Order: sequence, then structure tokens, then C-alpha cells
Amino acid sequence: MLACLIVLIALVALPMSGDLHAMDVTVEIMILALFALSLNTLIGYSGNVSFGHAAYFAIGGYTNAILLTTYHVPLLIAMPVAILFAMVASMFVAWFCTRLTDIYFAMLTLAFSMLVWAILFKWREMTNGDDGFVGIAMPAFLDDRVPLYYFTLAVVTASIGLLWLICHSAFGKVLVAVRENRTRAGFVGVDTRRMRWTAFVIAGTFGGIAGSLYALFKSGMYVENAFWTQSAQALIMTLLGGMYSFFGPAIGAATLHLLEILTNRYTEYWPTVLGGILLVILLFLPDGMVGLAQKIQSRFSRNGGAN
Amino acid sequence: MAILETQNLMKDFGGFVATNNVSLQLIEGERHAIIGPNGAGKTTFFNLITGHLTPSSGKVIFEGKDITGMVPHKVVRLGLARSFQRINIYPRMTVFENVQVALIARDHNHFKLFSLGEPHNRQDTKDLLELVGLDTEALEIAGELSYGKQKQLELAIALAENPRVLLLDEPTAGMSPQETDEAIELVDRITKERGLTLLFTEHDMSVVFGISDRISVLHHGEIIASGLPDDVRNDPEVRRVYLGESLDGEGH
Ligand SMILES: Nc1ncnc2c1ncn2[C@@H]1O[C@H](COP(=O)(O)OP(=O)(O)OP(=O)(O)O)[C@@H](O)[C@H]1O
Ligand SMILES: [Mg+2]
Repeated sequence: MLACLIVLIALVALPMSGDLHAMDVTVEIMILALFALSLNTLIGYSGNVSFGHAAYFAIGGYTNAILLTTYHVPLLIAMPVAILFAMVASMFVAWFCTRLTDIYFAMLTLAFSMLVWAILFKWREMTNGDDGFVGIAMPAFLDDRVPLYYFTLAVVTASIGLLWLICHSAFGKVLVAVRENRTRAGFVGVDTRRMRWTAFVIAGTFGGIAGSLYALFKSGMYVENAFWTQSAQALIMTLLGGMYSFFGPAIGAATLHLLEILTNRYTEYWPTVLGGILLVILLFLPDGMVGLAQKIQSRFSRNGGAN
Repeated sequence: MAILETQNLMKDFGGFVATNNVSLQLIEGERHAIIGPNGAGKTTFFNLITGHLTPSSGKVIFEGKDITGMVPHKVVRLGLARSFQRINIYPRMTVFENVQVALIARDHNHFKLFSLGEPHNRQDTKDLLELVGLDTEALEIAGELSYGKQKQLELAIALAENPRVLLLDEPTAGMSPQETDEAIELVDRITKERGLTLLFTEHDMSVVFGISDRISVLHHGEIIASGLPDDVRNDPEVRRVYLGESLDGEGH
């Protein structure tokens, strides 16, 4: 709780430093953190691995971009509609995916995301295909770095707050039980498919929020944002930070993004480094950075007790 | 009146008939034991009743309503709860949470997205844990309990659903003699207090003959005898199946 407050104060104070580069990096991290946290509702809390989470990010982003630019819809309508689109899409996809479990579930999420990618790629008149949808008509009140920064901060904070509440609600508690033992949960009267469906829709909706913010930040959307690599990135962030802790994925997002920037400064081999990171997580950090920190902490307190 | 009834229930596992033409009537308020050698089809019979398996043919009727093939979470809502022979809990959650989740679900609160989970059903969870004698273990990780204690938790979860009919599949298997006595005494007391109907399987004959009103014997998926304990004990067919084993329920 205290840590959250300190991070929030630091984030509020950052623009006063006047460091525009740091602000840009932070905005992107906030968006990626929200994206990873949204995914973790599905992965960490409900135990269903998705390989296609980028679809909702892209739907949120493209819808927001197109409504603002092509149809001159004001942001206060465009963004909610974009989020609604992501939500409806995830409702539809979740209806199919939750009929399956495990690897079949994961593969179907991937299939749907590739479908979304293909539509964005082919529907040139609307999306500008692989040239990317660039040059968004930004609303006047966001047409500068500082307001955009604070807007992103406000939306991300509110969204993470809501996600926190959902994950710690009565629903969240039962969702963990569904993850731990679906059969047993069914035998205490829980409609486990509906629970998983709901978790999927929450993930998709908040993924859509992240995407619609991303479109504003980049002033554009690209087909790559719907590609499976974008889904994989969020998955790696989640694993790196730790999927069994609420804030783990956000920590993973910040770490991975900073590592990417640092690596790109010296080499062109980010994908190789990323592969190495993934290897380290899978072999040595099964519960991510948060899991590691907890292990170290418990070892220290145990030693402290013994001495 | 029969509260639960099966009519010519059959289960065919690709040629192997595990449940064969089982018709059984459970009278409201009775304690009914299903006994039979290993592999007789007792667990399969429970799975068919509770929707874990779909019968190949035949019917399951609960309070006059056909519930054949109904999914487990709906069957439970009608008032039919079960425990499992093989431990079936949330091993990485605490003992407290194991029971709390069942109570949240019982009260239809599991779709409350914006209501903090922690305070839900605190008191009834505590009460229930105290009832089954797990109050001191409330904050332990369920999977780390002794086998006998996990069985007790299994029972607590089944009771949390506030059922009218309780199906217990070998509730005392793996328990120490003392734990067995306590568990059976608890089941005895609760079924009486709440007027529950009990259907259970058990290998311990002293338990079976100690609390049953009626007993049915399954053998190769078929009911070969059903009736009052004394009648079943003296049935020649049953004697033949339990060749040499003591059916007297003494000497334990
Ligand atoms: N899913 C399944 N597929 C195939 N065969 C099964 C399946 N489930 C059970 N069986 C078989 O059905 C028979 C009855 O099994 P069941 O578990 O119902 O017996 P049981 O009376 O409960 O035995 P125990 O006393 O050992 O618990 C066994 O021969 C078992 O191998
Ligand atoms: Mg059995």
C-alpha cells in the first residue's frame, strides 16, 4: 500500500522535472503495465493462458483512432466506444474459448487474435493496412505532452484500482478457487465456465483501455499491435513480474520495457536478449520477480528468527 | 416418500459396464449405506447422481424432478452435495478460504465484482470450521494438512453447501481411528439436527452398521441386496461376495 502511494506520488511529480524523454518512457510503461495487469486477470487469477490478448488492445486502439480521425468523434465518446468494442469482442471470443481448457483454450485465443490481425491488415480503406493508421486527430486538450501524461496517469490509475478491486472481490476469491480446482468449484455450485467467461471479458475490456491510450500516445496504431508477438510480450511481462501477485505484471512491464530500451541502445539483438530473459524466468524464476523477492524476504526473516 | 431415486441407471465405459440397471429409492431423512468390494461401482454411482458423469441410460430423479445429465453446479443448487473419496479441495488455498469459497457460492455472491472478498461469510466460515474441528488450522495451507484433516475439510466443504441430501464417498478412508470416530459422530449429529438424508459409501463395517438405517450392496455394478442392516448381513448372496470377511461390525 505504502509502495503504491510512493510510486503514485513519483508519477505525479515526474513532469515537474521537465524531462520529456522520461515522460514518454513512463507513459508507455503505464500503458504496458495496465495491459499486462489486464491479461493477468485471466492468466494469474483464472488460470487460463491466452496467446491472443493483443486483439483487444488493437481493437481498443484502432477504434479510438478511427473514430477520432475518420469520423471526428469527440474523445469522450470515442474512447468509451472503443472500450465497449473491445469488451463486446472479448464477450464473443470468450464464449467460444471457455468451452475449451488448457492448451486448446490458448490456441483458440491465438486463432481469434490472428483473425483480428488479418482484418486490420486487409481492411485498407478503414485501417490503412500495413502502412499503419498514423496521424490521429488529437483532441485539443490533449495536444501536448504534459496533459497527455496526466490523462494517461489518471486513466491507468483508475483502471488499475478497479482491477485491484475485482481481483480482491468475492468474485476474485472464487475465481482463484476455479483456477485451483475447477471440478471442486463446480461441486460447490459455481458455474465455472461463466466465471472464466467473465474473467476473459474483464481482461479484454481493460486490455482495450490500454490500447485506446496507446493510440493517443503513439498518435497511431499499427498492425503489429495486433500481432501475436504483442500478446507474447504481455505474457512475458506477466511471467517476469510474477502472475501470482497482483502488481507483479506491472513490475514485469516496467522491467522489460526498460531493458528493451537499454538493450536497443547498444545492440540490435533485443529478440535474442528477450529469449534469454524468458529462459531465465522459466528455469529460475517460476513465480517471477515478486516470487523471488518473497523467497528472499522469508529466508531473511527466518534467519532473523533463528539468530 | 423418495427424495432421490435412480431408475435403471446404466454406465458403460466403452464396453465395461460399471453401473448396471441400478434402481434405488432414497427415503427422506434416512441414512443409506452403499457397500461393495473395490471396483464394485460405488464411486461411479455417485458420479452419475451428481452430474460428474452422464449415464448411458436410465434416470436420476430428485424430488420428483428429472435431473439426469444435469451439470454438477446445478445439481448442487437443488440441495445435493457430495464429498469425494479422493481428496478434492483447493490445495494451495488456506483451510479458511476452502470453506469460505463454498459459502460465498452458496449465497450467490460469486459474481460480485466490486465487493471485497475478505469479509464475506467470515462468521459462518469460522463456525463451520469449529464444527468439524479445524478451527486451529484455519490459516494453514490446505494441501499441507494431514490426510485425515484434509478429509475433514472435504466434509466441511460439502456441509457448507447447506444440502438436503448429503453424499459422502468413503468419508473416513485414511483417517485415524480417533478421527474416524469424531467424523462419524459429527455426521451422525448433523444429519439428525438438520434432518438431512445421507447416502454414503464406507469400507469400515462398524461404521456402516453403526449408523445406517438401510444398506444396499453393489457388486459388479449391480445391486445384489438392499434392505435393513440385519437382513443384508444375513443375505446369503452378500455373504458369498464378502467371502470370509466379517460383516458383523464388531471387533474394530
Ligand atoms: N472413467 C472411467 N473410465 C473407465 N473405467 C472406469 C472409469 N471410472 C471407473 N471405472 C471403472 O469402473 C469400475 C468401478 O469403479 P468405481 O470407482 O466406481 O468403484 P468403487 O466401488 O468406488 O471402488 P473403490 O471401493 O475402490 O472406491 C472399476 O473397475 C473402474 O476401473
Ligand atoms: Mg470408490
